Amino acid sequence: MSEIPSDLKFTKSHEWVRVEDDGSLTVGVTDHAQEALGDLVFVEVPEVGATLKAGEACAVVESVKAASDVYSPVSGEVQEANEALAEQPERLNEDAYGEGWIMRIQAESDAELEGLMDAEAYGAFLEQES
Amino acid sequence: MAFIPHTEADVRGMLDKLGLREIEDLFDEIPPELRIRELSGVPEAVSEMEIARLMQQRAEADGYMMNFVGAGAYEHHIPAAVWEITTRGEFYSAYTPYQAEASQGTLQLIYEYQSMMASLTGMEVSNASLYDGASALAESCLMAVRANRKSKSRRILVPRTVNPMYREVAGAITSNQALQLEPVSFDVESGTIPLDALPSEEADFAAIVVQQPNFFGTLEDVHALTDWAHSVGALVIGVVNPISLALLEPPGQWGDKGADIVCGEGQPLGVPLSSGGPYFGFMTCRQAHVRQMPGRLVGRTEDLDHLPGYVLTLQAREQHIRRSKATSNICTNQGLLVTAATIYMSLLGAEGLERVACACNDNLHKLLQAVEEIDGVERAFGGHHFHEAALRLLVPASEVLEALAERDILGGCDLSELYPELGHSMLVCATETKTAEDIEHYAGALASSLGSN
Repeated sequence: MSEIPSDLKFTKSHEWVRVEDDGSLTVGVTDHAQEALGDLVFVEVPEVGATLKAGEACAVVESVKAASDVYSPVSGEVQEANEALAEQPERLNEDAYGEGWIMRIQAESDAELEGLMDAEAYGAFLEQES
Repeated sequence: MAFIPHTEADVRGMLDKLGLREIEDLFDEIPPELRIRELSGVPEAVSEMEIARLMQQRAEADGYMMNFVGAGAYEHHIPAAVWEITTRGEFYSAYTPYQAEASQGTLQLIYEYQSMMASLTGMEVSNASLYDGASALAESCLMAVRANRKSKSRRILVPRTVNPMYREVAGAITSNQALQLEPVSFDVESGTIPLDALPSEEADFAAIVVQQPNFFGTLEDVHALTDWAHSVGALVIGVVNPISLALLEPPGQWGDKGADIVCGEGQPLGVPLSSGGPYFGFMTCRQAHVRQMPGRLVGRTEDLDHLPGYVLTLQAREQHIRRSKATSNICTNQGLLVTAATIYMSLLGAEGLERVACACNDNLHKLLQAVEEIDGVERAFGGHHFHEAALRLLVPASEVLEALAERDILGGCDLSELYPELGHSMLVCATETKTAEDIEHYAGALASSLGSN
């Protein structure tokens, strides 16, 4: 069973969101998603300053067998991107909720964040999916 | 190896398993009104001997024409060894095999081809080839929009000095993906893109296409164009003739940073004209853009015993894995023609290629000298040319070309409809295949065809 930290929010497309102290949001893909993808060979992170809409493809995670889009959980502007993943994509496999983060985004409003699942709901969603 | 895909008994067995009477039953679900049971206009089968006779008669009716047309496809001498080797059983295949890694020889050949093309164009990566030059440009435009992360624009500047057929094909392929290909006019004195015709710095677009030598055979100021494009955040797509690269600077050295994507028609590298195809397109790019490059890519690696081996690499973005989100959904390579091109380049080497390019250049200049002495013929553009040049005439080019055709000369490509602003004009080409006598013969025929008007 994959790890689901209780302080995060989740999407149905397997992204996680952490609310930082300054109100910005850190986004990554869940432990479940990295397990399903297998060993990553490349991560294409979003451009800092890009304006994203909720549900818009913002990054690509590529394993030897698939290249999948990562979708922005909220609308907003990209503040920071984890450029280290370009050289070390394995960080995402090793530490999906820590060093494997993908981007930090400033959300336009709180509304979309509130619509995301909490850990319990995401856990139930995964069971239902399997 | 006997090649018998399935015997009568195999077919019977499969049909029985499916519970079908005959193969036709497999097509049951196609409504009868949609089915064409007979092809009209297709005659009854004839014997091999009869068809050979018929084809010979047709070929003789065409006659032998001395060719002075270029405009995108070029007559070059192809050493006999090229196709002798290409058609050996070990090489003779039209396609990358499905179980690609089982065919190490094929993959090694593609790897060598990629290395040659990357070196020739001054780029870091080459794919295994595309259909032809025109579709390679379309793929390059789509790739540039994906690769340019500074711009979200789907506009691409495509100057009118780019081959008109390429512009049309690229437009047809990219329009359904909402790309806008915007023309840029050219200077009618020089036949090149003037820097002041380019949009102001605020204009947002993903890339500009620069063809060198351009469709008229004239040389663009590729350095200034490349630097200008990069200064406004656009990528540069170079369209080049591979033979010309033996003499001209490779696109990787255009301007301060070089072009970003390079493509073109591979036909001049050992592929016969053969009525327009099959040819092959090539495409190379910078390492930074490799994940946006369409098509197959062969890489060199080591196996568990540290022995070198070749593999298809970076496949995760190809259509068999990524479906509609793949870098391209028209993905193939022209295996057989790439084999011929690789052998052609290997046989000629860098020096041989340079000698071919120099001979083309000399012959064009001899041709231009000869025709400029004729009353009513002048060069349309000044400046440097490679391979071909536009001539301005006092009478319609179509009449002149018809008169030349009666003397068994393919005299050039009529530009009047493609470029009405040039008036009566045509594009002429001389490659290394033309002798001094051929050029004299052409000039004489051109003079008398004009005199007779």
